[in-house]
Amino acid sequence: MNHATPAAAAGGGVLIGVAVTWLWLALGRIAGISGIVGGLSRTDAGWRLAFLAGLLLTPIALAERGVAVAWQPPETSWPVLIIGGLLVGFGTRLGSGCTSGHAVCGIARLSPRSMLATLLFMLTAAAVVFATRHGFGR
Amino acid sequence: MKMGQLLAAFGAGVLFAAGLVVSQMINPAKVLGFLDIAGARTGRWDPSLIFVMATAIPFAALGQRLAQHVNRPLTAPAFAPPARRDIDLSLIAGAVLFGAGWGLVGYCPGPALAALDNGSYGTAIFVAAMLAGMGLFTVLRR
Repeated sequence: MNHATPAAAAGGGVLIGVAVTWLWLALGRIAGISGIVGGLSRTDAGWRLAFLAGLLLTPIALAERGVAVAWQPPETSWPVLIIGGLLVGFGTRLGSGCTSGHAVCGIARLSPRSMLATLLFMLTAAAVVFATRHGFGR
Repeated sequence: MKMGQLLAAFGAGVLFAAGLVVSQMINPAKVLGFLDIAGARTGRWDPSLIFVMATAIPFAALGQRLAQHVNRPLTAPAFAPPARRDIDLSLIAGAVLFGAGWGLVGYCPGPALAALDNGSYGTAIFVAAMLAGMGLFTVLRR
């Protein structure tokens, strides 16, 4: 069921890259989602909330206009969803970034910190997927 | 907070979410299909995420390049680059913990939040746990 969709992926990537560039040129801010959410308790919460409003409202707005939004939930049991959520939330704050902040923005800035972080979370995630799909005698 | 800043940030969020929808990275099954490198043995590996990065990173780098020609952002007094430059244990441990959670579920923060309106308990449970994990970090750091 997983077939590659390179054209759609590249097109979506352009939009994400333009969003990152726009936030930098307009506000001077890094478009890292975990950093934007993690800083909500700071005094500059306004622009963070505005960004998140755009992020949350756009998919449903597209779906209501008939766009096929492939936003089906994960096929994961709820205990694993909770463990995974805690790891993603805590880990992205401890490591100062997630896929957007480190892999897109950080590599675009040629940041050694972000390159190492990206390598580590990609390798760890791939190892976990290997263990859950192919490991344990499967 | 100037209205221009709010509108600019909202627009960035709209574009970002549109990118997640178009690229289908909002779908955790697509992300897990990429992370399942061993799936290549059976022809099931989905390299789509590489194509997302292949265009997103150069277009993001464009902003860095363009910013070198201006003194300040359009709506703010100064650029706010990340303060940290050093590689430390927090960076390494955080990236590994994040990767473990990403591999278990297929969600990183952006797609999980963008999919929050899909009406499913699964996405909502993940987002609640993710926010709790972020809150836990804030509490422990004090």
